[in-house]
Amino acid sequence: MSGPQVGLAVSVFLACAVEAVEALTIVLAVGVTRSWRSALFGVGAATLALAAVVAALGPALTALPINALRVVVGGLLLIFGLQWLRKAVLRSAGLKAMHDEDKAFAAETQAARSAGQAATGFDGYSFTIAFKGVLLEGLEVAFIVLTFGASQHNVGLAAAAAAVAVVVVVLAGVVVRHPLSRVPENTLEFFVGVMLTAFGACWGAEGAGASWPGGDAALLALVPGVAVVALAMARWLRRAPARTAAVGGTA
Amino acid sequence: MSWLARAARAVWEFVVGDDPMTALGVAVALGATALIAGAGAPAWWVMPVAAVALLALSLRRAAR
Repeated sequence: MSGPQVGLAVSVFLACAVEAVEALTIVLAVGVTRSWRSALFGVGAATLALAAVVAALGPALTALPINALRVVVGGLLLIFGLQWLRKAVLRSAGLKAMHDEDKAFAAETQAARSAGQAATGFDGYSFTIAFKGVLLEGLEVAFIVLTFGASQHNVGLAAAAAAVAVVVVVLAGVVVRHPLSRVPENTLEFFVGVMLTAFGACWGAEGAGASWPGGDAALLALVPGVAVVALAMARWLRRAPARTAAVGGTA
Repeated sequence: MSWLARAARAVWEFVVGDDPMTALGVAVALGATALIAGAGAPAWWVMPVAAVALLALSLRRAAR
């Protein structure tokens, strides 16, 4: 595999693993407290919807002229990457609450219990919560699969990396039967943010007409460069005078 | 709110998120790259510099 292909596979795998851990927590909560059958129907329906999005938009994206595609894809990846990095840096600096799967599981379980008695047979609440959880967590991953895959003309590799991540997370969930609170989600989020930012800057500049010194090898400098800058910013924020800690949402 | 407005809002929130200045900055940086490259000058440095500046500004806004 070439460097960009490895970057594609690793970025999609990590992004998908983070989102799959969060979706697993939601599905576990409604499955344990209400109805496994209805929750799994919700998971299946959301997975089909996500697969349909990838199948419908993938070929259309790969048909676009490469430079136009890289400007749009690079710009969007850079926006997503900066958002992921910002959250990761703020958490690392203690200015945003760390994502806590045990806490999220407790909140989802409480909500499921207070939603009334589970229906015998098909439970609409379990289906809807599982469907929405998997669809919403999966949409960003589907977008990353499409954009990375289309830019490399390799949607298949991106989709395979996403599928492997889902299988790994689901198997881990089946084994421990508990939210995967030991997965270092915030660290993974940092790495995904670095990769999206580096690839977004690289492809966006290429699409806009710039030429990188060294071609694709520029990514070998961009990826560690972005990581070092983001780590320095986290360190700077940690050392800055005490500020009001934002401990709101953990999403 | 009509379904069209709801769909537009969902796309906006999905793409832009809670920091529209970052999205705007990325668009401006891409435009600047195209202008500089079109003039025949090296333009590869614009996007990395913009990414670092936008992250720093976004963090500064969030930390306030």
